Amino acid sequence: MTDVALLEVTNLGKRFGGFIALQAIELTVRDGERVGLIGPNGSGKSTLVNCVCGTLRNETGSVRFAGQVLDGLSAHERTRLGLARSFQLPRPFNTLTLAENLRIPLLYTVNARPGAALSALEIDERCTELLHMVGLADKATRMPRDLTQIEMRKLELARAMAASPRLLIADEAMAGLSHNEVDDILTLLIQLNEQGVTVILIEHIMRAVMHFSQRLVVLVAGRKIADGDPGDVVRDPDVVRAYLGE
Amino acid sequence: MLLIAAGVVFGAAWLIGNAYVFFAGYVVLQYIALATAWNILGGYTGYVNFGTAAFFALGAYTTVVLHKLTSLPLPIMMPLGGIVSGIVGLGTGYLTLRLRGAFFSIATLALAVVAQTLITNWDFVGGSRGAYIVRPLTVPLLGMDYIQYLFLVMLGLVVIVLATARAIERSRLGYGLATIRDDEVAAEASGVPTLRLKLVATTLSGAFMGMAGAPLPYYVTYLDPASGFNLAYAVNGVAMPLVGGTSSWLGPVIGAVLLGTLQQVVTVTISSAVNLLVVGLVLVAFVIVAPNGILGLLRLRGGRHGHD
Amino acid sequence: MEMSFDLLGNAVVSGLLLGGFYAAVTIGVSISFGMLDIVNIAHPAFIILGSYIAYIGNTTFGMDPILASVIALPAFYLLGAAVYQVYYVAFERRGEEALRGLAFFFGLLFITEVTLVLVFGVDYRLVEAPYIGPSLHLGVIDLPLRLLVPCLVGLVMVGGLQLFMSSTFLGRAILAVAQDQLALRLMAANPIRIKRIAFGLSIATASLAGAVLIVIQPVEPSIGRDYIGRVFAICVLGGMGSFAGTLVAALALGVVENLTSTFYGPSWAPAVAFGFLLITLAVRPAGIFGR
Repeated sequence: MTDVALLEVTNLGKRFGGFIALQAIELTVRDGERVGLIGPNGSGKSTLVNCVCGTLRNETGSVRFAGQVLDGLSAHERTRLGLARSFQLPRPFNTLTLAENLRIPLLYTVNARPGAALSALEIDERCTELLHMVGLADKATRMPRDLTQIEMRKLELARAMAASPRLLIADEAMAGLSHNEVDDILTLLIQLNEQGVTVILIEHIMRAVMHFSQRLVVLVAGRKIADGDPGDVVRDPDVVRAYLGE
Repeated sequence: MLLIAAGVVFGAAWLIGNAYVFFAGYVVLQYIALATAWNILGGYTGYVNFGTAAFFALGAYTTVVLHKLTSLPLPIMMPLGGIVSGIVGLGTGYLTLRLRGAFFSIATLALAVVAQTLITNWDFVGGSRGAYIVRPLTVPLLGMDYIQYLFLVMLGLVVIVLATARAIERSRLGYGLATIRDDEVAAEASGVPTLRLKLVATTLSGAFMGMAGAPLPYYVTYLDPASGFNLAYAVNGVAMPLVGGTSSWLGPVIGAVLLGTLQQVVTVTISSAVNLLVVGLVLVAFVIVAPNGILGLLRLRGGRHGHD
Repeated sequence: MEMSFDLLGNAVVSGLLLGGFYAAVTIGVSISFGMLDIVNIAHPAFIILGSYIAYIGNTTFGMDPILASVIALPAFYLLGAAVYQVYYVAFERRGEEALRGLAFFFGLLFITEVTLVLVFGVDYRLVEAPYIGPSLHLGVIDLPLRLLVPCLVGLVMVGGLQLFMSSTFLGRAILAVAQDQLALRLMAANPIRIKRIAFGLSIATASLAGAVLIVIQPVEPSIGRDYIGRVFAICVLGGMGSFAGTLVAALALGVVENLTSTFYGPSWAPAVAFGFLLITLAVRPAGIFGR
């Protein structure tokens, strides 16, 4: 982890009609950091991800990534800059096979960046590699509708990884997984981080969050109520009251 | 391979020798071109264009204008008709494709009405009274009957459109369009420039429709807005791909041949108004019962799990 | 063209009356598209059907056309409920509304128009009623009853539906289903049933709208298509599910269209609506009052 700020969210606000989903969110993520983001359901975590990644437009505030202002850029442009996310509710491409699902970010993100483009063979190899990493290698030619919910989450994560991001946001990628499967994904994410990928982990599974995070951020009802060392944060009385319980 | 098939088709028609074959065949080929063009935006990308008649008629009327002002040969007029329709497609797309697909579809419906209104008010092309186009008797260089020439020209267009559709299907563009159809938000998040690809599909689709309409004035020799913007094009443009199957280039071909033939039969045996009713009923029936069209039904029969 | 204030004043007033009528025509789509998110592009076809029913009532049975449409209301409601049931089972449930659901409604639009042509032919049909013809005169302003009555019917429809939506349990359930189907389930109401009722209501409005349409102008099967652009433009500009917004947008379109017709000729009317639609979509898809 370096001291260079990779993601800077400043005074971010988002409302849906009369409902204020996010209010004055300030968040800085350093290059190479492992950040955990927790909070009750409906607190705005996914909305924050959507605003950062460009799926939604925030009304106030701004987002900077690697020094570049993201406001006004569409989602695909942000992905090409190095931001990738998995969706909380998996959104696979239903008429494509698993392998083809992974080809999309390779074709449209990795190959769209300056520098040498991957050849068709390299793309296929990379797809196989990614499927292997999440344990779906034997299902490469199957369709998403044949997968279980858990397998779809793994595909989601693999697809985000396929974009070779600098910052990966994993939105509840572990929901429903067994103890061992959680460990597998954790190992995977830590490995990615060691290779230089900054990771924001959004999860409810506290043991995973505590194991993984170097810093913990807590969102409640659209506001950030804590941000710091995980050990301190989980003892913060506001956090305990709002989310963790006694 | 397509060229060989095209050669066979033309050769067979020539051998039969009956002029009616060329007349009727032209109509079927025209529908194949229209249905395939529609499918590039509809089946591949998931955006429904109800204004097929507008793009088609704009191509036809471009020919009328060019015919009155110049003496360009038909193979030159066709791309020009395509350019006009392509630009209109691009414009409509640019204004509406950032929004939900439904808004694009509604806009195409409204566009059809407006385009017809504009043409009806434009005296240079005959307005509501229509325009007469003299069909040349022979063709320069080739020395064949003009109807055969029109058939050949349309056959050439069909080859181009089908080849393009096939090429798109297997290309990076085709994958991108499929992701837009499947889940546009996820496509954007994966790096697909959805707006740009949608505009490409809309422009290409509109341009091909315009090119399919360009020879029409010579075919009918009298063109008025009512026939140029005929409802038949609107409903067939949607029905043929949906009935045949939207997932591959073969579907619109099947739909065009089957529905086109069915319509000829019904028009001759019952009436042309009933004919349109039949098409509408077939469309609704297929959409409810066989959403993947004939291709989908064949795949199920074949025992494999069809995808799409 | 000369601009006299008489002419201008009358054009504006007629435009407002026309707008009230447009509100009647659009309110059904405000429900089906604005609230239920069902892109029923066949709505104008149902309106034309209503026009012909009113025509039959008027010519065959000597009834007032609006009365005929009121009698036909239950039939239209049932038709709407049936259409929704098919739509739900075949498309909404399978998540196929985007392509195939749209094609379904297009097919309905088409079938209705062609069937009407087969049954009634392409000639224009009109109705006779004591209020078609005379006008009220307020100073220099003429209020043709032919326009005034439909406008009043439109206002009554909008007002009545607004009241229904805000004060009855069923109405509030419909508003709820527009916002959050899950919450509705938790209230032990069946969202599918609520949507079916709402869609039935939406088609029922088409019956009345059809009657006032044939009061305003002679009708033939294809004029439904002229209304698609208008109806959706008003619905979007009015903020989708907002009835007040629909009314304001309808009045605005009525005035602009009528001014254009008066000073530039009536054949440009469809272009005005289309222009409205494009501008709305480009500038403010959420409409004036919208979410």
